Amino acid sequence: MTGSLNLWLIPLVPFAGFLVNGLIGRKLPKLLVTAIALICTLIPFLLVAKIWLEFSSVTTPYIEHLGTWIWTGAFHADFDLQLDQLTMVMLLVVTGVGFLIHIYSVGYMAHEEGYWRFFAYLNLFMFFMLTLVLSENFLLMFVGWEGVGLASYLLIGFYFLKDSAVRAGIKAFVVNRIGDFGFLIALFLLIAHFGTLDYREVFSQIAQHPEWQGGILTAIALFLVLGATGKSAQIPLYVWLPDAMEGPTPVSALIHAATMVTAGVYMVSRTHIIFDRSPFALSTVAIIGAATCFFAATMGLVQTDIKRVLAYSTVSQLGYMFLACGVAAYSSAIFHLVTHAFFKALLFLAAGAVIHSLGGQQDMRVMGGLRKKMPVTFWTMTAAVFAICGFPPFAGFFSKDDILYHAFISPNGGKILWFVGWVTAGLTSFYMFRLWYLTFLGESRADSHELAEQGAPVHVRSDSKLVSEAEHAHGVHDSPWVMLGPLVILAILATIGGFIGVPAAMGGHDEIGHFLEPVVGSGPRAPVGESSGLELALSASVVLIGLLGLLVVHILYKVKPDLPHKLATRLHGFYNLVVHKYWVDQIYGALIVTPLLLISRYLLKGLFDRGVIDGAGFAAGATAQGFGAIVQRVQSGNIRSYAGWLALGAAVLLIASYFGYTAHFSPQ
Amino acid sequence: MVPIVYYLILSAILFSIGVAAFLIKRNIISVFMSIELMLNAVNLTFIAFANHWHQVSGQIFVFFVMVVAAAEAAVGLAIIIAIFRTRSTLNVDQIDLMKL
Repeated sequence: MTGSLNLWLIPLVPFAGFLVNGLIGRKLPKLLVTAIALICTLIPFLLVAKIWLEFSSVTTPYIEHLGTWIWTGAFHADFDLQLDQLTMVMLLVVTGVGFLIHIYSVGYMAHEEGYWRFFAYLNLFMFFMLTLVLSENFLLMFVGWEGVGLASYLLIGFYFLKDSAVRAGIKAFVVNRIGDFGFLIALFLLIAHFGTLDYREVFSQIAQHPEWQGGILTAIALFLVLGATGKSAQIPLYVWLPDAMEGPTPVSALIHAATMVTAGVYMVSRTHIIFDRSPFALSTVAIIGAATCFFAATMGLVQTDIKRVLAYSTVSQLGYMFLACGVAAYSSAIFHLVTHAFFKALLFLAAGAVIHSLGGQQDMRVMGGLRKKMPVTFWTMTAAVFAICGFPPFAGFFSKDDILYHAFISPNGGKILWFVGWVTAGLTSFYMFRLWYLTFLGESRADSHELAEQGAPVHVRSDSKLVSEAEHAHGVHDSPWVMLGPLVILAILATIGGFIGVPAAMGGHDEIGHFLEPVVGSGPRAPVGESSGLELALSASVVLIGLLGLLVVHILYKVKPDLPHKLATRLHGFYNLVVHKYWVDQIYGALIVTPLLLISRYLLKGLFDRGVIDGAGFAAGATAQGFGAIVQRVQSGNIRSYAGWLALGAAVLLIASYFGYTAHFSPQ
Repeated sequence: MVPIVYYLILSAILFSIGVAAFLIKRNIISVFMSIELMLNAVNLTFIAFANHWHQVSGQIFVFFVMVVAAAEAAVGLAIIIAIFRTRSTLNVDQIDLMKL
């Protein structure tokens, strides 16, 4: 292919949208704001689609050099964009899902304050996310990496008058900063060791030295993992994501489910050449992934806030992706990333539609029976629920199956990883169908007396009154088509999206795996002979445990609706533990946040800031004042004293010149 | 022909008298006159040197000094009148507004 692909337009168009809406959006009519925001995300999507159609004629990796950025001595970093198979997949997901969510937001945010601000931030996010995936070196990626964190902070704290939203925003930002610190250290190590941050140069240097194993590469990989755990909400830095649900729901769908949080997975896949040389780092990734996927799922079991269930499910699904990265099945991770983007965005958008129509209510305990009132939302949500639970032929089935299969055949402790993932699949099925039953099936619990009997707290009961009022006031119904359209498209994608990666064992060709192979390699191989039978058996077992989850939910929430409460009382200890999210927030608070606050307040602020910095400033000021107080006597206002000083000075000069200090005066 | 050193000595004496008067006198008019005295002492030096070196530039400089002195006298006397009208005094020690 000849000619430029003009990759630079892809991130910069949303940035232009951000500038226009951000600077003068307040004064523009709403329609214009909408048009600008949508067009500025549609153009990148069309560009990406065009590149995708021509992709076979592009020589990959295609590099676009935009200019020199930093050039000091031997080190240089440029504004270089790169297009290869991995970037292509990410671009399609980010622009495609991003555009759909922009459309949805038009309906969702229609009556909100700060409409222009919301879309400006959303476009800003698109700019940084596209920079992140298009960058050709670590430094530019870091710009995007930080930038999406900023956009995430701004959007979580979008309702900035709400205290909890502001706190959640700060929490997300600070926790992300801890991860970014790891990323930054990794960058320094890369510069120190390789003298460059360019992907190609780093990777080719590693390829030229097959004897490099572990050592510095392990250190770099582990710091990169720290960065990834922050951005992708993995243990130990996952705590910000559930709180991030304070943001508007489209934000949760776009940033905290479909795109930004997958940046860590993308980064690990992108730098897999480093990870491949460090078995220790890979095992770390796998263990983090498996642990996160399991613990997040258990926390999701008992949540009552519809968005929090989805938040924990996001953390858990990201754990799957990490698990896949940890067993070097990067294409499986990216495959799951894609399908997850479809169904999780859909889940959030559908949940948003429910919340929207119930007048802002997020508590599942007061929902119920929405199936008849919101049929489109119900059916799209159903597709998503089946997709995330991994029932064939929905998208999640193929990708999750792919991950678990690769985990199983991985040589290092793969069976344990597989088992954890398998159990988690059951838990996933449980909490997703629980959400499905509580929200859509049965009768409306708004206004019902069951809640009181089940010992629900008072505020829930009053919430239920609110919902019933909302229901009576304008009737709960499906959202306008501007919101339903994206739901339907995503539902189709969540249903059929898995067919891009049907494994060979099921008669497919694993297109996405082969597509990504030039970038990320082919992943672990099964022992010859037994692969297809084993793979089928494993997927059958995943479907079975999914069905088991569905069955349990059916019994608990349909057949014997009083059982969950009894169970909670019976298993009091465990229930308490998961309801309080293993007390992780409290532990972090006691171990890290409180000491930090105390040190900041007393040692840094009280002693250092007040004492040293302020003290130095005050001392300098007092010195100058004292000196001035003495010297100001000279300026008496008395002309004769001035003249006296003048005459004295002249006399001194005269005498000096008389005694020979004339060097500077001599004309020749 | 009078040697140049006499002119210079006379000029130095006149200048020193001017400086001393400037420092000692309290009446503004006297201060003003002492300034004129210093200027003319300098003029005398210029003329003496111009004659000595047979160069005309010293004489031209004197014209400039006289023009500036005339302008200064005009402005200065106007200021003195203004001050006298507002403060009813010509004592420089009482005119010390220009301080902190």
